[in-house]
Amino acid sequence: MSVDVLLPSPVPVRFVAEDGTAVPPPTGYRVPEGERLLEGFRRMVVGRRFDRQATALTKQGRLAVYPSSRGQEACQIAGVLALRDDDWLFPTYRDSVALVARGLDPVEVLTLLRGGWHCGYDPAATRVAPQCTPLATQTIHAVGMADALRRKGEDGVVMAFIGDGGTSEGDFHEALNYAAVLRAPVVFFVQNNKYAISVPLAKQSAAPALAYKGIGYGIRSEQVDGNDLVAVLAVLDAAVEHARTGGGPFLVEAHTYRMDPHTNADDASRYREKQEVERWEAADPLARLETYLRERGLLDADAVGAAHEAAEKFAARVREDMNADPEADPFELFEHVFAEATPQLREQRALLASELED
Amino acid sequence: MTTSSMAQALNAALRDALREDERVLVFGEDVGPLGGVFRITDGLTKEFGEERCFDTPLAEAGIVGLAVGLAMGGFRPVIEMQFDAFAYPAFEQIASHVAKLRNRTRGRLSLPMVIRIPYAGGIGGVEHHCDSSEAYYAHTPGLKVVTPATADDAYWLLRDAIADPDPVIFMEPKRLYWSKGETSVEDRRAAGFGRAAVLREGRDATLVAYGPTVPVALEAAEAAARDGRDLEVVDLRTIVPFDDATVVSSVRKTGRCVVIQEAQGFAGVGAEIAARVQERCFHSLAAPVLRVTGFDIPYPPPILEHSHLPDADRVLDAVDRLQFDDEPDLLYLAGEAS
Ligand SMILES: Cc1ncc(C[n+]2csc(CCOP(=O)(O)OP(=O)(O)O)c2C)c(N)n1
Ligand SMILES: [Mg+2]
Repeated sequence: MSVDVLLPSPVPVRFVAEDGTAVPPPTGYRVPEGERLLEGFRRMVVGRRFDRQATALTKQGRLAVYPSSRGQEACQIAGVLALRDDDWLFPTYRDSVALVARGLDPVEVLTLLRGGWHCGYDPAATRVAPQCTPLATQTIHAVGMADALRRKGEDGVVMAFIGDGGTSEGDFHEALNYAAVLRAPVVFFVQNNKYAISVPLAKQSAAPALAYKGIGYGIRSEQVDGNDLVAVLAVLDAAVEHARTGGGPFLVEAHTYRMDPHTNADDASRYREKQEVERWEAADPLARLETYLRERGLLDADAVGAAHEAAEKFAARVREDMNADPEADPFELFEHVFAEATPQLREQRALLASELED
Repeated sequence: MTTSSMAQALNAALRDALREDERVLVFGEDVGPLGGVFRITDGLTKEFGEERCFDTPLAEAGIVGLAVGLAMGGFRPVIEMQFDAFAYPAFEQIASHVAKLRNRTRGRLSLPMVIRIPYAGGIGGVEHHCDSSEAYYAHTPGLKVVTPATADDAYWLLRDAIADPDPVIFMEPKRLYWSKGETSVEDRRAAGFGRAAVLREGRDATLVAYGPTVPVALEAAEAAARDGRDLEVVDLRTIVPFDDATVVSSVRKTGRCVVIQEAQGFAGVGAEIAARVQERCFHSLAAPVLRVTGFDIPYPPPILEHSHLPDADRVLDAVDRLQFDDEPDLLYLAGEAS
């Protein structure tokens, strides 16, 4: 592949301006159908409401911790809309909204952050790997899974989510290289939300854009306005198709912004100005999409109202389901270490049993 | 005497070291303007500038590798791994380079550097934030491994670690960060490094603990005292170098020993301690050396961690199994049996 084909656009791909008006569409990408954009809007509304609910649950002590993705909804939702049910997703701790949007049970999704178990959903059934905390380690797993699908003759694609900070880890670079050499059907989706906890992008990388990290490995790459759902979806559609049709891996960098602190436990005032956050309010992905869809006659006040109503219902259910202590069986601690517990584990189980009897 | 938390004491140690020695550099993830996720480096960038205390790109192998090069170049890096499990990407650098450079170069090069690692659990942290990883480092020749249990020790052990000619893995029990203690103004340099502390004297049995389980041992000793049992508590302070002398003299006196660690027990530091005690105190022992540890499981999710963590009750159960009712042992201890 020639260098020109691999290189990202010099400026982020965009379909919709911040004020919601359409800009001349960039070449090489198709505008997603209206019905998918509407579905994107509905899921963004639910996703944002879910995210707010989850943050509220930390205050009530119902979640141990919650990393919000407020402001990143266009990425969260487009990331899953671009996938088929038989495709795989390798998410991070920040991607709970994407998982809920993919249809996973919200309580199962929140099990990790609630502290009930390390992963609450069934990865095999949902084709969603456990949310990954050790940064960038999931990207090479995604390559392995993509290679597995190829070997089995399935035409599934794997999408790995990763943050801007995570792209500095060695594992990310090994994953890019492996994916390219193996021509693995994998899409690396970088949500560049400008911060890795407190560390701003400028201290993270001197690359012109993170999307340029693909070229050195021979990976086709693109950068996109991450707060423009139309653009993110269009680019991810192209990336997924590229991977699915044997073109090999694809790297997409979405420029977005983490509106909330790193988690509820973080104090963002220590490292960024309020004004900076306020400036990003103007780039809100949800308001932008709503204006765009309304102006094109795809959305009206009733539909907007219905979306918010559905979101309220969803949040109410989450609130209710989370309003109880999770079930906790201490003996389960010994159950999943190996397929069969070792004699030592059985001994330790007995010790715990005797302690609990006292 | 002033009172401070362990976190404040560590912060003060870093500040004083930066002040006293220009070669000292502090770096890692979020240690700059944020002051570290536990605020151990709070205010250091402000006071000493970005040249001396700075945020690195996000890559632990990179942080340690950079420190190796800087130390080779004459600096004294004091670096932070954000959490125990996030030091694993750096393990190759640590095991293959940090631990071995002196040996490989016949002492022509050395690596005076400190790798600070908040470790262990008890704070309701989710997975990968609560590992007890001390055994990996203690098992690696060439690394010193230190873990304070009090604010005062935290200050002086960190100062000693920074001054040490060899690499030190400085393991900070994160659940003790906020526990307060007296810090002395008197200079205690080199008083604790490599020396265990007898925190409580007793005649009936020795509890050996380190880091997060030291308060557990003290609590157990307190409770045992109410039952008329007099337990001695030894805080190792440094795992490597190991203070055989203090541990051995305590166990020879009491004749009984329980080793307490939060880490999973199998092949852990406690096993090493038990073996050493048994090798050196065999004729003084009235009962087998017992270990009280976490289970051999991945660190549990927050709602179950209390089932896993060794607490005073688990320690007292072990103490009860030290064969106090065995006549011959008592006679033996009294010097009446041959
Ligand atoms: C290997 C590793 N090192 C450190 C951490 C601690 N940590 C958790 S999130 C985070 C910042 C990640 O930033 P980024 O990749 O930009 O993702 P974001 O949180 O912004 O979504 C850090 C340093 C970790 N989880 N894993
Ligand atoms: Mg980020």
